[in-house]
Amino acid sequence: MIDELAEKDKKKEKKKVENQEHRGEARKIEVAHHENEGEQHSLKMKAEGVCAWFGTKQALYDVNMAIYEKDVTAIIGPSGCGKSTLIRCFNRMHETVPGSRFAGDIFLEKDSIFDPRMDPVVVRRRVGMVFQKPTPFPTLSIYDNVAIGLRLNGMRDKKVLDEVVEKSLRKAALWEEVKDSLQKAGGALSGGQQQRLCIARALAIELEVLLMDEPCSALDPISTTKIEELIHELRQNYTIIIVTHNMQQAARVSQRTAFMLNGKLIEYDATEKMFTNPENKLTEDYITGRFG
Amino acid sequence: MNFDYQTRRKLTDRTMVFLCGAAAFIAMIPLVSLILYVLLQGFKRLDWAFLTHLPAPVGVPGGGMANALLGTLTLMLLASLVGLPIGIMAGIYLSEYGKKNKFAWAVRFTSDVLSGVPSIVTGIVAYTLVVKPMHNFSAIAGGIALGFMMIPIVTRTTEELVKMVPHSIREASWALGVPQWQTILAIVIRTAKNGILTGVLLSVARIAGETAPLLFTSFNNQFWPQSPDEPTASLTVQVFTYAISPFKDWQDQAWTGALVLLILVLAINLAARTFFKNPRGLLR
Ligand SMILES: Nc1ncnc2c1ncn2[C@@H]1O[C@H](COP(=O)(O)OP(=O)(O)OP(=O)(O)O)[C@@H](O)[C@H]1O
Ligand SMILES: [Mg+2]
Repeated sequence: MIDELAEKDKKKEKKKVENQEHRGEARKIEVAHHENEGEQHSLKMKAEGVCAWFGTKQALYDVNMAIYEKDVTAIIGPSGCGKSTLIRCFNRMHETVPGSRFAGDIFLEKDSIFDPRMDPVVVRRRVGMVFQKPTPFPTLSIYDNVAIGLRLNGMRDKKVLDEVVEKSLRKAALWEEVKDSLQKAGGALSGGQQQRLCIARALAIELEVLLMDEPCSALDPISTTKIEELIHELRQNYTIIIVTHNMQQAARVSQRTAFMLNGKLIEYDATEKMFTNPENKLTEDYITGRFG
Repeated sequence: MNFDYQTRRKLTDRTMVFLCGAAAFIAMIPLVSLILYVLLQGFKRLDWAFLTHLPAPVGVPGGGMANALLGTLTLMLLASLVGLPIGIMAGIYLSEYGKKNKFAWAVRFTSDVLSGVPSIVTGIVAYTLVVKPMHNFSAIAGGIALGFMMIPIVTRTTEELVKMVPHSIREASWALGVPQWQTILAIVIRTAKNGILTGVLLSVARIAGETAPLLFTSFNNQFWPQSPDEPTASLTVQVFTYAISPFKDWQDQAWTGALVLLILVLAINLAARTFFKNPRGLLR
Protein backbone atom coordinates (compact mmCIF):
# COMPACT_ATOMS: atom_id res chain seq x y z
CA MET A 1 0.00 0.00 0.00
CA ILE A 2 2.60 2.47 1.17
CA ASP A 3 4.91 1.36 -1.59
CA GLU A 4 2.18 1.99 -4.08
CA LEU A 5 1.68 5.50 -2.82
CA ALA A 6 5.40 6.17 -2.90
CA GLU A 7 5.46 4.88 -6.42
CA LYS A 8 2.65 7.22 -7.37
CA ASP A 9 4.40 10.15 -5.74
CA LYS A 10 7.55 9.41 -7.69
CA LYS A 11 5.62 9.35 -10.90
CA LYS A 12 4.07 12.69 -10.04
CA GLU A 13 7.47 14.12 -9.26
CA LYS A 14 8.79 12.91 -12.57
CA LYS A 15 5.88 14.44 -14.42
CA LYS A 16 6.44 17.73 -12.62
CA VAL A 17 10.08 17.78 -13.56
CA GLU A 18 9.20 17.01 -17.13
CA ASN A 19 6.66 19.76 -17.14
CA GLN A 20 9.14 22.21 -15.79
CA GLU A 21 11.73 21.25 -18.34
CA HIS A 22 9.14 21.60 -20.97
CA ARG A 23 8.26 25.03 -19.82
CA GLY A 24 11.91 25.97 -19.64
CA GLU A 25 12.32 25.00 -23.25
CA ALA A 26 9.28 26.89 -24.32
CA ARG A 27 10.63 29.95 -22.63
CA LYS A 28 13.97 29.69 -24.34
CA ILE A 29 12.25 29.43 -27.65
CA GLU A 30 10.22 32.43 -26.78
CA VAL A 31 13.25 34.54 -26.10
CA ALA A 32 14.90 33.41 -29.30
CA HIS A 33 11.70 34.03 -31.17
CA HIS A 34 11.56 37.50 -29.75
CA GLU A 35 15.10 38.28 -30.83
CA ASN A 36 14.51 36.97 -34.29
CA GLU A 37 11.43 39.05 -34.69
CA GLY A 38 13.26 42.09 -33.45
CA GLU A 39 11.11 45.11 -34.14
CA GLN A 40 8.04 43.01 -34.84
CA HIS A 41 6.92 43.98 -31.36
CA SER A 42 5.66 47.46 -31.91
CA LEU A 43 6.33 50.36 -29.61
CA LYS A 44 3.73 50.63 -26.87
CA MET A 45 5.07 53.34 -24.61
CA LYS A 46 8.03 55.63 -24.77
CA ALA A 47 9.65 57.83 -22.15
CA GLU A 48 11.58 60.80 -23.48
CA GLY A 49 13.87 62.81 -21.25
CA VAL A 50 11.84 62.08 -18.16
CA CYS A 51 12.85 64.05 -15.08
CA ALA A 52 10.89 64.01 -11.84
CA TRP A 53 11.10 65.90 -8.58
CA PHE A 54 9.67 65.66 -5.08
CA GLY A 55 9.76 69.25 -3.94
CA THR A 56 13.33 70.29 -4.67
CA LYS A 57 14.71 66.76 -4.60
CA GLN A 58 15.23 65.36 -8.07
CA ALA A 59 14.40 61.66 -8.29
CA LEU A 60 14.76 61.01 -12.04
CA TYR A 61 17.36 62.35 -14.47
CA ASP A 62 16.66 62.30 -18.18
CA VAL A 63 15.28 58.77 -18.51
CA ASN A 64 14.69 57.53 -22.06
CA MET A 65 13.03 54.20 -22.42
CA ALA A 66 11.01 52.35 -25.04
CA ILE A 67 8.43 49.80 -23.92
CA TYR A 68 7.45 47.17 -26.48
CA GLU A 69 4.01 45.75 -26.86
CA LYS A 70 3.32 42.41 -25.14
CA ASP A 71 6.73 42.37 -23.56
CA VAL A 72 7.48 42.12 -19.89
CA THR A 73 9.92 44.86 -19.03
CA ALA A 74 11.65 44.56 -15.67
CA ILE A 75 13.15 47.50 -13.81
CA ILE A 76 15.84 46.68 -11.28
CA GLY A 77 18.14 48.77 -9.13
CA PRO A 78 19.00 49.47 -5.51
CA SER A 79 16.47 50.92 -3.09
CA GLY A 80 15.74 54.60 -3.61
CA CYS A 81 17.06 54.71 -7.18
CA GLY A 82 13.72 55.90 -8.56
CA LYS A 83 12.08 52.73 -9.91
CA SER A 84 8.72 53.46 -8.31
CA THR A 85 8.90 57.08 -9.32
CA LEU A 86 9.53 56.09 -12.93
CA ILE A 87 6.63 53.70 -13.27
CA ARG A 88 4.38 56.12 -11.45
CA CYS A 89 5.13 58.56 -14.25
CA PHE A 90 3.85 56.06 -16.78
CA ASN A 91 0.27 56.42 -15.53
CA ARG A 92 0.54 59.96 -14.22
CA MET A 93 0.35 58.89 -10.59
CA HIS A 94 3.50 60.87 -9.85
CA GLU A 95 1.59 64.13 -10.14
CA THR A 96 -0.80 63.13 -7.32
CA VAL A 97 2.02 63.60 -4.81
CA PRO A 98 1.80 67.14 -3.39
CA GLY A 99 4.78 69.25 -4.44
CA SER A 100 5.89 66.89 -7.18
CA ARG A 101 7.13 68.07 -10.56
CA PHE A 102 7.69 66.42 -13.90
CA ALA A 103 9.56 67.23 -17.12
CA GLY A 104 9.96 65.36 -20.38
CA ASP A 105 7.30 63.39 -22.16
CA ILE A 106 5.78 59.94 -22.22
CA PHE A 107 3.93 58.48 -25.18
CA LEU A 108 1.24 55.85 -25.15
CA GLU A 109 1.33 54.57 -28.71
CA LYS A 110 1.25 57.82 -30.67
CA ASP A 111 -0.21 60.16 -28.07
CA SER A 112 1.58 62.01 -25.35
CA ILE A 113 -0.07 61.15 -22.04
CA PHE A 114 0.70 64.69 -20.92
CA ASP A 115 -1.19 66.23 -23.81
CA PRO A 116 -3.60 68.77 -22.31
CA ARG A 117 -6.43 66.97 -24.09
CA MET A 118 -5.51 63.73 -22.30
CA ASP A 119 -7.40 63.25 -19.06
CA PRO A 120 -5.21 61.55 -16.43
CA VAL A 121 -8.27 59.50 -15.53
CA VAL A 122 -8.34 58.07 -19.06
CA VAL A 123 -4.59 57.42 -19.03
CA ARG A 124 -4.98 55.46 -15.80
CA ARG A 125 -7.75 53.35 -17.29
CA ARG A 126 -5.44 52.31 -20.13
CA VAL A 127 -2.33 51.99 -17.98
CA GLY A 128 -3.25 50.11 -14.80
CA MET A 129 -1.20 49.60 -11.71
CA VAL A 130 -0.60 47.01 -8.99
CA PHE A 131 1.14 48.23 -5.87
CA GLN A 132 3.76 46.71 -3.63
CA LYS A 133 1.39 46.25 -0.72
CA PRO A 134 -1.90 44.62 -1.72
CA THR A 135 -4.54 47.36 -1.60
CA PRO A 136 -7.96 45.77 -1.96
CA PHE A 137 -10.85 47.99 -0.92
CA PRO A 138 -11.24 46.33 2.47
CA THR A 139 -14.95 46.79 3.11
CA LEU A 140 -16.08 46.01 -0.42
CA SER A 141 -16.89 42.43 -1.35
CA ILE A 142 -14.61 40.48 -3.68
CA TYR A 143 -17.18 40.95 -6.41
CA ASP A 144 -17.45 44.70 -5.85
CA ASN A 145 -13.68 45.06 -5.68
CA VAL A 146 -13.43 43.76 -9.24
CA ALA A 147 -16.60 45.38 -10.55
CA ILE A 148 -16.07 48.82 -9.08
CA GLY A 149 -13.87 50.17 -11.86
CA LEU A 150 -16.51 49.40 -14.46
CA ARG A 151 -19.41 50.44 -12.26
CA LEU A 152 -17.91 53.82 -11.60
CA ASN A 153 -17.43 54.20 -15.33
CA GLY A 154 -21.16 53.85 -15.75
CA MET A 155 -21.65 50.14 -16.45
CA ARG A 156 -24.96 49.04 -14.91
CA ASP A 157 -25.73 45.81 -16.80
CA LYS A 158 -25.58 43.06 -14.19
CA LYS A 159 -24.93 40.36 -16.78
CA VAL A 160 -21.96 42.16 -18.27
CA LEU A 161 -20.58 42.83 -14.79
CA ASP A 162 -20.95 39.19 -13.77
CA GLU A 163 -19.12 38.16 -16.90
CA VAL A 164 -16.29 40.64 -16.48
CA VAL A 165 -15.86 39.73 -12.81
CA GLU A 166 -15.54 36.06 -13.63
CA LYS A 167 -13.25 36.65 -16.58
CA SER A 168 -10.95 38.96 -14.65
CA LEU A 169 -10.77 36.65 -11.65
CA ARG A 170 -9.97 33.75 -13.98
CA LYS A 171 -7.25 35.76 -15.69
CA ALA A 172 -5.80 36.58 -12.28
CA ALA A 173 -5.89 32.86 -11.35
CA LEU A 174 -8.13 33.57 -8.39
CA TRP A 175 -11.52 32.39 -9.62
CA GLU A 176 -11.30 28.81 -8.36
CA GLU A 177 -10.40 29.99 -4.87
CA VAL A 178 -13.12 32.59 -4.45
CA LYS A 179 -15.99 31.63 -6.74
CA ASP A 180 -18.10 30.43 -3.79
CA SER A 181 -17.43 33.44 -1.62
CA LEU A 182 -17.71 36.42 -3.94
CA GLN A 183 -19.61 38.33 -1.27
CA LYS A 184 -16.81 38.00 1.29
CA ALA A 185 -14.92 41.19 2.11
CA GLY A 186 -11.82 41.83 0.00
CA GLY A 187 -9.88 42.49 3.20
CA ALA A 188 -10.59 38.96 4.42
CA LEU A 189 -8.37 37.26 1.84
CA SER A 190 -4.76 36.20 2.36
CA GLY A 191 -2.00 38.52 1.21
CA GLY A 192 -1.32 36.57 -1.98
CA GLN A 193 -5.01 36.35 -2.80
CA GLN A 194 -5.39 40.06 -2.12
CA GLN A 195 -2.59 40.81 -4.57
CA ARG A 196 -4.25 38.67 -7.24
CA LEU A 197 -7.53 40.41 -6.45
CA CYS A 198 -5.80 43.71 -7.15
CA ILE A 199 -4.57 42.33 -10.46
CA ALA A 200 -8.09 41.17 -11.32
CA ARG A 201 -9.41 44.59 -10.37
CA ALA A 202 -6.95 46.24 -12.73
CA LEU A 203 -7.72 43.79 -15.56
CA ALA A 204 -11.47 44.40 -15.28
CA ILE A 205 -11.13 47.77 -16.92
CA GLU A 206 -10.07 47.81 -20.57
CA LEU A 207 -6.44 47.95 -19.82
CA GLU A 208 -3.48 47.85 -22.20
CA VAL A 209 -0.43 48.27 -20.01
CA LEU A 210 -0.03 46.87 -16.51
CA LEU A 211 2.47 48.46 -14.15
CA MET A 212 3.56 46.31 -11.22
CA ASP A 213 5.58 47.83 -8.40
CA GLU A 214 7.28 44.98 -6.56
CA PRO A 215 4.08 42.94 -6.64
CA CYS A 216 5.61 39.98 -4.83
CA SER A 217 7.70 41.61 -2.15
CA ALA A 218 5.02 41.13 0.49
CA LEU A 219 4.23 37.56 -0.54
CA ASP A 220 5.35 34.04 0.33
CA PRO A 221 7.21 31.89 -2.25
CA ILE A 222 4.10 29.99 -3.37
CA SER A 223 2.07 33.14 -4.01
CA THR A 224 5.12 34.59 -5.73
CA THR A 225 5.31 31.62 -8.09
CA LYS A 226 1.60 32.00 -8.82
CA ILE A 227 2.00 35.65 -9.70
CA GLU A 228 5.01 34.92 -11.88
CA GLU A 229 3.05 32.26 -13.76
CA LEU A 230 0.28 34.77 -14.07
CA ILE A 231 2.63 37.30 -15.62
CA HIS A 232 3.52 34.72 -18.27
CA GLU A 233 -0.17 34.28 -19.05
CA LEU A 234 -0.94 37.98 -19.09
CA ARG A 235 1.86 38.63 -21.52
CA GLN A 236 -0.31 37.20 -24.28
CA ASN A 237 -2.63 40.18 -24.06
CA TYR A 238 -0.96 42.93 -22.10
CA THR A 239 2.20 44.94 -21.97
CA ILE A 240 3.76 44.66 -18.53
CA ILE A 241 6.31 46.75 -16.68
CA ILE A 242 7.45 45.22 -13.41
CA VAL A 243 9.68 46.67 -10.72
CA THR A 244 11.47 44.02 -8.72
CA HIS A 245 14.20 43.67 -6.15
CA ASN A 246 14.64 40.06 -7.01
CA MET A 247 17.15 39.53 -9.81
CA GLN A 248 16.08 35.93 -10.39
CA GLN A 249 12.54 37.13 -10.77
CA ALA A 250 13.54 39.71 -13.35
CA ALA A 251 15.43 37.02 -15.25
CA ARG A 252 12.51 34.60 -15.03
CA VAL A 253 9.66 36.82 -16.10
CA SER A 254 10.99 39.56 -18.35
CA GLN A 255 12.09 39.96 -21.95
CA ARG A 256 13.75 43.29 -21.33
CA THR A 257 15.47 44.62 -18.26
CA ALA A 258 16.36 48.14 -17.25
CA PHE A 259 18.93 48.89 -14.59
CA MET A 260 18.63 52.15 -12.69
CA LEU A 261 20.97 53.88 -10.28
CA ASN A 262 20.55 57.20 -8.49
CA GLY A 263 17.64 58.28 -10.68
CA LYS A 264 19.42 57.50 -13.96
CA LEU A 265 18.78 54.72 -16.40
CA ILE A 266 22.17 53.01 -16.63
CA GLU A 267 21.45 50.23 -19.05
CA TYR A 268 18.43 48.85 -20.84
CA ASP A 269 18.53 45.79 -23.05
CA ALA A 270 17.19 42.29 -23.67
CA THR A 271 17.07 40.41 -20.38
CA GLU A 272 19.38 37.65 -21.58
CA LYS A 273 22.01 40.13 -22.57
CA MET A 274 21.67 42.12 -19.36
CA PHE A 275 22.20 39.04 -17.22
CA THR A 276 24.91 37.35 -19.26
CA ASN A 277 26.85 40.09 -20.92
CA PRO A 278 26.01 43.61 -19.76
CA GLU A 279 27.74 46.53 -21.42
CA ASN A 280 28.08 48.67 -18.35
CA LYS A 281 30.41 47.84 -15.48
CA LEU A 282 27.84 49.17 -12.97
CA THR A 283 25.17 46.79 -14.25
CA GLU A 284 27.54 43.88 -13.97
CA ASP A 285 28.54 44.84 -10.43
CA TYR A 286 24.91 45.11 -9.40
CA ILE A 287 23.80 41.89 -11.01
CA THR A 288 26.68 39.91 -9.60
CA GLY A 289 25.82 41.33 -6.19
CA ARG A 290 28.87 43.49 -5.70
CA PHE A 291 26.66 46.29 -4.38
CA GLY A 292 23.01 47.16 -3.81
CA MET B 1 22.36 46.76 46.46
CA ASN B 2 21.18 45.49 43.14
CA PHE B 3 18.67 43.25 44.88
CA ASP B 4 17.43 46.19 46.91
CA TYR B 5 16.88 48.25 43.84
CA GLN B 6 14.92 45.46 42.20
CA THR B 7 12.62 44.88 45.18
CA ARG B 8 12.01 48.58 45.49
CA ARG B 9 11.13 48.84 41.85
CA LYS B 10 8.76 45.91 42.11
CA LEU B 11 7.13 47.45 45.14
CA THR B 12 6.63 50.80 43.42
CA ASP B 13 5.23 48.95 40.45
CA ARG B 14 2.72 47.03 42.58
CA THR B 15 1.67 50.15 44.45
CA MET B 16 1.03 52.04 41.22
CA VAL B 17 -1.01 49.17 39.79
CA PHE B 18 -3.01 48.99 43.00
CA LEU B 19 -3.66 52.75 43.15
CA CYS B 20 -4.73 52.97 39.51
CA GLY B 21 -6.93 49.89 39.89
CA ALA B 22 -8.57 51.39 42.94
CA ALA B 23 -9.17 54.66 41.11
CA ALA B 24 -10.71 52.77 38.20
CA PHE B 25 -12.97 50.96 40.63
CA ILE B 26 -14.05 54.20 42.29
CA ALA B 27 -14.74 55.72 38.87
CA MET B 28 -17.14 52.87 38.21
CA ILE B 29 -19.12 53.37 41.42
CA PRO B 30 -21.14 56.45 40.37
CA LEU B 31 -22.14 54.90 37.06
CA VAL B 32 -23.11 51.54 38.49
CA SER B 33 -24.97 53.01 41.47
CA LEU B 34 -26.74 55.45 39.15
CA ILE B 35 -27.92 52.68 36.88
CA LEU B 36 -28.95 50.50 39.84
CA TYR B 37 -30.82 53.34 41.52
CA VAL B 38 -32.70 54.33 38.38
CA LEU B 39 -33.51 50.67 37.79
CA LEU B 40 -34.84 50.20 41.32
CA GLN B 41 -36.86 53.41 41.33
CA GLY B 42 -38.09 53.20 37.77
CA PHE B 43 -38.92 49.53 37.66
CA LYS B 44 -42.02 49.90 39.88
CA ARG B 45 -44.03 51.72 37.26
CA LEU B 46 -42.52 50.13 34.16
CA ASP B 47 -45.18 48.21 32.31
CA TRP B 48 -46.71 47.99 28.89
CA ALA B 49 -49.26 50.71 29.69
CA PHE B 50 -46.46 53.14 30.52
CA LEU B 51 -45.07 52.73 27.03
CA THR B 52 -48.42 52.84 25.21
CA HIS B 53 -50.68 55.24 27.16
CA LEU B 54 -51.01 58.98 27.31
CA PRO B 55 -50.41 60.73 30.62
CA ALA B 56 -53.40 60.58 33.00
CA PRO B 57 -54.72 63.75 34.66
CA VAL B 58 -53.58 64.46 38.21
CA GLY B 59 -55.19 62.11 40.73
CA VAL B 60 -56.29 59.60 38.12
CA PRO B 61 -54.13 56.50 38.54
CA GLY B 62 -52.31 54.86 35.60
CA GLY B 63 -51.31 56.62 32.42
CA GLY B 64 -47.93 56.59 30.73
CA MET B 65 -45.45 58.52 28.62
CA ALA B 66 -46.14 57.07 25.21
CA ASN B 67 -46.45 60.52 23.63
CA ALA B 68 -43.18 61.64 25.19
CA LEU B 69 -41.40 58.53 23.94
CA LEU B 70 -42.73 59.11 20.46
CA GLY B 71 -41.86 62.80 20.78
CA THR B 72 -38.26 62.01 21.71
CA LEU B 73 -37.95 59.69 18.72
CA THR B 74 -39.42 62.40 16.46
CA LEU B 75 -36.99 64.96 17.82
CA MET B 76 -34.07 62.60 17.26
CA LEU B 77 -35.18 62.09 13.68
CA LEU B 78 -35.60 65.82 13.02
CA ALA B 79 -32.27 66.58 14.65
CA SER B 80 -30.61 63.94 12.47
CA LEU B 81 -32.17 65.46 9.35
CA VAL B 82 -30.57 68.78 10.28
CA GLY B 83 -27.32 67.59 11.81
CA LEU B 84 -26.23 64.59 9.77
CA PRO B 85 -26.08 65.90 6.19
CA ILE B 86 -24.33 69.10 7.24
CA GLY B 87 -22.05 67.39 9.74
CA ILE B 88 -21.02 64.53 7.47
CA MET B 89 -20.41 66.72 4.43
CA ALA B 90 -18.48 69.27 6.47
CA GLY B 91 -16.36 66.46 7.91
CA ILE B 92 -15.61 65.14 4.43
CA TYR B 93 -14.68 68.62 3.28
CA LEU B 94 -12.30 69.10 6.19
CA SER B 95 -10.49 65.82 5.68
CA GLU B 96 -10.35 65.76 1.88
CA TYR B 97 -9.97 69.39 0.87
CA GLY B 98 -9.17 71.25 4.06
CA LYS B 99 -5.65 70.13 4.84
CA LYS B 100 -4.12 73.53 5.20
CA ASN B 101 -6.48 76.29 4.12
CA LYS B 102 -7.70 79.09 6.39
CA PHE B 103 -11.37 78.41 5.83
CA ALA B 104 -10.97 74.82 7.05
CA TRP B 105 -9.09 76.11 10.06
CA ALA B 106 -12.01 78.42 10.84
CA VAL B 107 -14.53 75.59 10.45
CA ARG B 108 -12.54 73.38 12.80
CA PHE B 109 -12.21 76.16 15.33
CA THR B 110 -15.94 76.99 15.31
CA SER B 111 -16.83 73.30 15.54
CA ASP B 112 -14.67 72.88 18.59
CA VAL B 113 -16.11 76.00 20.19
CA LEU B 114 -19.66 75.03 19.23
CA SER B 115 -19.37 71.61 20.82
CA GLY B 116 -18.45 73.30 24.07
CA VAL B 117 -21.37 75.75 24.02
CA PRO B 118 -23.82 75.05 26.90
CA SER B 119 -26.95 73.50 25.46
CA ILE B 120 -29.20 76.09 27.07
CA VAL B 121 -27.51 78.75 24.93
CA THR B 122 -28.28 76.73 21.79
CA GLY B 123 -31.85 76.59 23.08
CA ILE B 124 -32.15 80.35 23.40
CA VAL B 125 -30.76 80.81 19.90
CA ALA B 126 -33.25 78.31 18.46
CA TYR B 127 -36.00 80.05 20.42
CA THR B 128 -35.12 83.40 18.88
CA LEU B 129 -34.55 82.09 15.37
CA VAL B 130 -37.38 79.57 15.06
CA VAL B 131 -39.96 79.73 17.84
CA LYS B 132 -40.44 83.52 17.75
CA PRO B 133 -40.99 83.82 13.98
CA MET B 134 -43.29 80.77 14.02
CA HIS B 135 -45.19 82.12 17.05
CA ASN B 136 -45.32 78.77 18.82
CA PHE B 137 -43.27 75.98 20.28
CA SER B 138 -42.74 73.07 17.94
CA ALA B 139 -40.91 69.82 17.33
CA ILE B 140 -39.23 71.54 14.39
CA ALA B 141 -37.68 74.12 16.69
CA GLY B 142 -36.56 71.39 19.06
CA GLY B 143 -35.14 69.35 16.20
CA ILE B 144 -33.21 72.34 14.92
CA ALA B 145 -31.78 73.09 18.35
CA LEU B 146 -30.67 69.49 18.80
CA GLY B 147 -29.43 69.35 15.20
CA PHE B 148 -27.20 72.37 15.86
CA MET B 149 -25.71 70.47 18.74
CA MET B 150 -25.07 67.43 16.55
CA ILE B 151 -23.28 69.30 13.77
CA PRO B 152 -19.92 69.86 15.49
CA ILE B 153 -19.82 66.35 16.93
CA VAL B 154 -20.60 64.71 13.61
CA THR B 155 -18.24 67.02 11.71
CA ARG B 156 -15.24 66.24 13.82
CA THR B 157 -15.83 62.48 14.12
CA THR B 158 -16.44 62.19 10.37
CA GLU B 159 -13.26 64.14 9.68
CA GLU B 160 -11.19 61.92 11.94
CA LEU B 161 -12.64 58.71 10.53
CA VAL B 162 -12.30 59.71 6.89
CA LYS B 163 -8.72 60.73 7.59
CA MET B 164 -8.09 57.25 8.97
CA VAL B 165 -8.70 55.67 5.56
CA PRO B 166 -5.16 54.91 4.37
CA HIS B 167 -3.71 56.93 1.52
CA SER B 168 -2.93 53.71 -0.36
CA ILE B 169 -6.67 53.06 -0.76
CA ARG B 170 -7.15 56.43 -2.45
CA GLU B 171 -4.12 55.83 -4.66
CA ALA B 172 -5.47 52.43 -5.68
CA SER B 173 -8.72 54.09 -6.66
CA TRP B 174 -7.03 56.83 -8.70
CA ALA B 175 -4.90 54.20 -10.39
CA LEU B 176 -8.11 52.52 -11.52
CA GLY B 177 -9.04 55.70 -13.31
CA VAL B 178 -11.66 56.71 -10.77
CA PRO B 179 -12.03 60.50 -10.59
CA GLN B 180 -11.44 62.26 -7.28
CA TRP B 181 -15.08 62.92 -6.38
CA GLN B 182 -16.05 59.31 -7.02
CA THR B 183 -13.03 58.12 -5.11
CA ILE B 184 -14.32 60.03 -2.11
CA LEU B 185 -17.96 58.97 -2.44
CA ALA B 186 -17.62 55.39 -3.60
CA ILE B 187 -14.36 54.29 -2.02
CA VAL B 188 -13.31 56.45 0.91
CA ILE B 189 -16.74 56.92 2.48
CA ARG B 190 -17.60 53.29 2.01
CA THR B 191 -14.37 52.26 3.66
CA ALA B 192 -15.04 54.58 6.60
CA LYS B 193 -18.77 53.76 6.65
CA ASN B 194 -18.90 51.84 9.90
CA GLY B 195 -16.82 54.36 11.74
CA ILE B 196 -18.99 57.22 10.53
CA LEU B 197 -22.10 55.28 11.53
CA THR B 198 -20.66 54.80 14.99
CA GLY B 199 -19.99 58.51 15.30
CA VAL B 200 -23.50 59.29 14.12
CA LEU B 201 -25.10 56.92 16.62
CA LEU B 202 -23.03 58.28 19.49
CA SER B 203 -24.01 61.83 18.60
CA VAL B 204 -27.69 60.81 18.49
CA ALA B 205 -27.33 59.17 21.88
CA ARG B 206 -25.69 62.30 23.16
CA ILE B 207 -28.56 64.60 22.16
CA ALA B 208 -31.31 62.15 23.14
CA GLY B 209 -30.75 63.13 26.76
CA GLU B 210 -30.87 66.91 26.27
CA THR B 211 -33.47 68.82 28.28
CA ALA B 212 -32.47 72.44 28.48
CA PRO B 213 -32.81 73.41 24.81
CA LEU B 214 -36.17 71.62 24.58
CA LEU B 215 -37.74 73.60 27.43
CA PHE B 216 -38.20 76.56 25.18
CA THR B 217 -38.32 75.00 21.74
CA SER B 218 -40.48 71.88 21.63
CA PHE B 219 -41.87 72.55 25.13
CA ASN B 220 -44.39 69.92 26.22
CA ASN B 221 -47.75 68.41 25.34
CA GLN B 222 -50.20 66.06 27.07
CA PHE B 223 -51.46 64.52 23.84
CA TRP B 224 -50.17 62.56 20.90
CA PRO B 225 -47.99 64.60 18.57
CA GLN B 226 -50.15 65.63 15.61
CA SER B 227 -47.71 67.54 13.44
CA PRO B 228 -44.13 68.74 13.77
CA ASP B 229 -45.14 72.39 14.05
CA GLU B 230 -46.90 71.85 17.38
CA PRO B 231 -45.51 71.73 20.91
CA THR B 232 -44.27 68.20 21.42
CA ALA B 233 -43.62 66.16 24.53
CA SER B 234 -40.26 64.54 25.09
CA LEU B 235 -39.04 62.08 27.68
CA THR B 236 -36.56 64.51 29.15
CA VAL B 237 -38.97 67.42 29.55
CA GLN B 238 -41.66 65.09 30.87
CA VAL B 239 -39.26 63.63 33.41
CA PHE B 240 -38.31 67.15 34.45
CA THR B 241 -41.95 68.24 34.82
CA TYR B 242 -42.98 65.15 36.74
CA ALA B 243 -39.94 65.04 38.97
CA ILE B 244 -40.48 68.55 40.36
CA SER B 245 -44.24 68.03 40.77
CA PRO B 246 -45.66 67.50 44.27
CA PHE B 247 -47.49 64.28 43.36
CA LYS B 248 -46.08 60.93 44.43
CA ASP B 249 -47.38 59.09 41.35
CA TRP B 250 -45.84 61.62 39.00
CA GLN B 251 -42.52 61.41 40.80
CA ASP B 252 -42.58 57.63 40.39
CA GLN B 253 -43.36 58.05 36.73
CA ALA B 254 -40.42 60.45 36.39
CA TRP B 255 -38.13 57.65 37.54
CA THR B 256 -39.65 55.26 35.05
CA GLY B 257 -39.27 57.86 32.30
CA ALA B 258 -35.63 58.23 33.28
CA LEU B 259 -35.22 54.47 33.10
CA VAL B 260 -36.72 54.32 29.61
CA LEU B 261 -34.41 57.13 28.50
CA LEU B 262 -31.42 55.35 29.98
CA ILE B 263 -32.32 52.13 28.20
CA LEU B 264 -32.73 54.02 24.93
CA VAL B 265 -29.31 55.66 25.23
CA LEU B 266 -27.62 52.43 26.29
CA ALA B 267 -29.19 50.61 23.35
CA ILE B 268 -27.88 53.20 20.90
CA ASN B 269 -24.43 53.01 22.47
CA LEU B 270 -24.43 49.24 22.21
CA ALA B 271 -25.47 49.41 18.56
CA ALA B 272 -22.66 51.88 17.90
CA ARG B 273 -20.18 49.53 19.48
CA THR B 274 -21.35 46.63 17.35
CA PHE B 275 -20.81 48.66 14.21
CA PHE B 276 -17.37 49.64 15.27
CA LYS B 277 -16.35 46.11 16.13
CA ASN B 278 -17.75 44.53 13.04
CA PRO B 279 -15.75 45.93 10.15
CA ARG B 280 -18.28 44.75 7.62
CA GLY B 281 -21.20 46.31 9.43
CA LEU B 282 -24.72 45.11 9.88
CA LEU B 283 -26.01 47.04 6.91
CA ARG B 284 -25.03 45.81 3.53
N1 LIG C 1 6.70 61.15 -1.55
C1 LIG C 1 8.00 61.44 -1.61
N2 LIG C 1 8.44 62.61 -1.12
C2 LIG C 1 9.75 62.93 -1.18
N3 LIG C 1 10.69 62.16 -1.70
C3 LIG C 1 10.33 60.98 -2.20
C4 LIG C 1 8.97 60.55 -2.17
N4 LIG C 1 8.89 59.33 -2.75
C5 LIG C 1 10.14 59.01 -3.09
N5 LIG C 1 11.01 59.99 -2.79
C6 LIG C 1 12.46 59.98 -3.04
O1 LIG C 1 12.67 59.75 -4.40
C7 LIG C 1 13.74 58.83 -4.60
C8 LIG C 1 13.26 57.67 -5.45
O2 LIG C 1 12.26 56.97 -4.73
P1 LIG C 1 11.52 55.69 -5.30
O3 LIG C 1 10.41 55.40 -4.39
O4 LIG C 1 11.22 55.90 -6.73
O5 LIG C 1 12.65 54.58 -5.14
P2 LIG C 1 12.58 53.04 -5.49
O6 LIG C 1 13.63 52.77 -6.50
O7 LIG C 1 11.21 52.65 -5.83
O8 LIG C 1 13.01 52.40 -4.11
P3 LIG C 1 12.49 51.06 -3.42
O9 LIG C 1 13.19 49.96 -4.11
O10 LIG C 1 12.96 51.21 -2.01
O11 LIG C 1 11.02 51.03 -3.56
C9 LIG C 1 14.20 58.39 -3.23
O12 LIG C 1 15.41 59.05 -2.97
C10 LIG C 1 13.13 58.86 -2.29
O13 LIG C 1 13.71 59.30 -1.11
MG1 LIG D 1 9.65 51.47 -4.84
